[in-house]
Amino acid sequence: MKRAKTQDAKFKFRLYVASNAQNSERAVANLGALCRSYLPNRYEIEVVDVFDTPKRALSDGIFMTPTLIKLAPPPVRRMVGTLSQTRPLLLALGLEPLES
Amino acid sequence: MKSMLSPQDRGAKKKAPTGIAGLDEITVGGLPHGRTTLLVGGPGSGKTIFALQFLVHGARICDETGVFVAFEERSERIMANADGFGWNLAELCPKRLAFIDAQPTPDLIQSGTFDLSGMLAALEAQTEQMGARRIVFDALDIVLALLPDPASKRREVYRLHEWLLAHELTGIITGKVDAGETNSVGEQPFGFMQFMVDCAVILNHSVVLGVSQRNLRVQKFRGSSFDENESPFLIGRSGFEIAVARPLGRGILNVSKERLSSGVERLDTMLGGGYYRAACVLITGFPGTAKTTLSGAFAEAACRRNERTLFISFDADSSEVVRDLASVGIRLDHHLESGCLRIISARTVIGSAETYLVRIKTLAKEHEARCVVIDPVSTWTKSGDGLSAHSVSERLIDWSKAEGITLLCTSLLDELTQRRAEGGGTSLQISTLADTWIHLDYLVQAGERNRGLSIIKSRGTAHSNQVRELILSNDGVTLADIYTAGGEVLMGTLRWEKERAEREANEVAEVAAKLKRVRLDAEEAELEVRIRSLQTELSAKQVEKALLTRTTASHEHALTRGDSRIRELRGADVADSEAT
Repeated sequence: MKRAKTQDAKFKFRLYVASNAQNSERAVANLGALCRSYLPNRYEIEVVDVFDTPKRALSDGIFMTPTLIKLAPPPVRRMVGTLSQTRPLLLALGLEPLES
Repeated sequence: MKSMLSPQDRGAKKKAPTGIAGLDEITVGGLPHGRTTLLVGGPGSGKTIFALQFLVHGARICDETGVFVAFEERSERIMANADGFGWNLAELCPKRLAFIDAQPTPDLIQSGTFDLSGMLAALEAQTEQMGARRIVFDALDIVLALLPDPASKRREVYRLHEWLLAHELTGIITGKVDAGETNSVGEQPFGFMQFMVDCAVILNHSVVLGVSQRNLRVQKFRGSSFDENESPFLIGRSGFEIAVARPLGRGILNVSKERLSSGVERLDTMLGGGYYRAACVLITGFPGTAKTTLSGAFAEAACRRNERTLFISFDADSSEVVRDLASVGIRLDHHLESGCLRIISARTVIGSAETYLVRIKTLAKEHEARCVVIDPVSTWTKSGDGLSAHSVSERLIDWSKAEGITLLCTSLLDELTQRRAEGGGTSLQISTLADTWIHLDYLVQAGERNRGLSIIKSRGTAHSNQVRELILSNDGVTLADIYTAGGEVLMGTLRWEKERAEREANEVAEVAAKLKRVRLDAEEAELEVRIRSLQTELSAKQVEKALLTRTTASHEHALTRGDSRIRELRGADVADSEAT
């Protein structure tokens, strides 16, 4: 049941980045790669640059960049970092690592 | 001189006052303005309070708005805790003081490296919006702990520091160190920060002989002189209070020549007019030698002059003090009612001498006291170590002089310390610092125990060198001369007997003198009469003498005439007559 739901549900992400900082760019790239391989056609990524909208970062409580917020499916989860350590990240997102 | 300094140098000298009692003295004006200060200390050492007080002072007094970035506690909790100090943060928030909750969520998932630029971007928006000049990062170690390796920790601290400098914000970064390691912070994650920041302050909390002692030390302060020693501090009712000695060469004492009554008229005479204003008076003596009574008399005299007085008793309760002193005619109750006098009973208070000092200072400030009585100050050695008690009493005297407060301390001597007291020292060594030292003693003689008072020293005043008897009665306190008879001092009943004997002797002597005067008067009168009768006799004799002279002359004349007549008759010649 749960698995089916996860597989069907659409993923909504919001990624806060600090302009073109190295770790931010890597996070954007890593998230894109992850979504393409695990969630093809059922993901949505909003990238927010904290330098462009610092007040939004303040009200959203973003203090570290890059920060990823998984808005859907529930529960809402926060992740920080370049999103490079795939396995723990996948577990946190409720995804099964692919057998490569 | 000033013109020789470059603008940068002058910028470095600019200070941001902290409003923390004592710290501005230690740092000669405050924390470095537009620079970063690192504040490290163990758990419960008062880092958050220190930092918050800095912001509150800035917002209220210095017209510098501030931001508090809370990494550890939620801002609501910090605000609630701060209410205990009466800072009324709600009034300042959010326009002059903003809190930002930056606690990492517990379920935060970490994947790869990250940095703090998001926070700095957010803070930039916040500080620009409110024009903030001060910023505090409370418990930065919480965030640093999330970073995987020392290199990235260092990088983020560096980033933060650069950001602070670029925006010329006066910043405080607080961080935890383990207790006992405050002196070797170099090994802590904050170690490298110490080299980076312009100012580093270390808070230390230790227990000495079962008594809690907090210390603050400024470890470094670029471009400024500062007090390098550990200074004890206390978290008091209105926040941080640091005990600090008045620095050398700064602050000239306003020395007064005004004399204050000791409350005992004859004691004033003995002192040549009373105590000096802002002097420190020490009264030493054994239990029951009327130390409290003398201090009570001083307090009453002060209240009568309408000077606000603080009476701190470590011995008895407020009502007991009033009752006991009323029995010797010292009425304090109405001064207490009018609010002129405040009696604090600190019998059960246990703490380091430092605690006492800060409490006394706070109380005196609250009461706006001009006279302070501490009865007895020797309690301070009861807890904690003697060394700090000594330094505290030194600072107490220094403080009271600087504030122009007349301080009267009593010091209890026990039988064992008697010899030392006579040799010139009380356990707290105040005697060397006190301006006036009055010693009370018992004299046991002829089955009586009488109180003797003597002035051991009184700087700058001529004072009596005599021991006086201190007499307590329903009407009040007074001094009496004592008699020395055959090398022995007479007091009490013996003195009274001696006084009576002298009175009687005086009366006898007076009567005898009167009698003698009468007799002399009579003799004088008699002599005068005799003089008069002699004078009369004298003039009679003189008349008689004159008469005699006259009759003799006429007789001789007659004889001469008779001779020449005979010669004529005899017809004798001149030569013949010449030959005869």
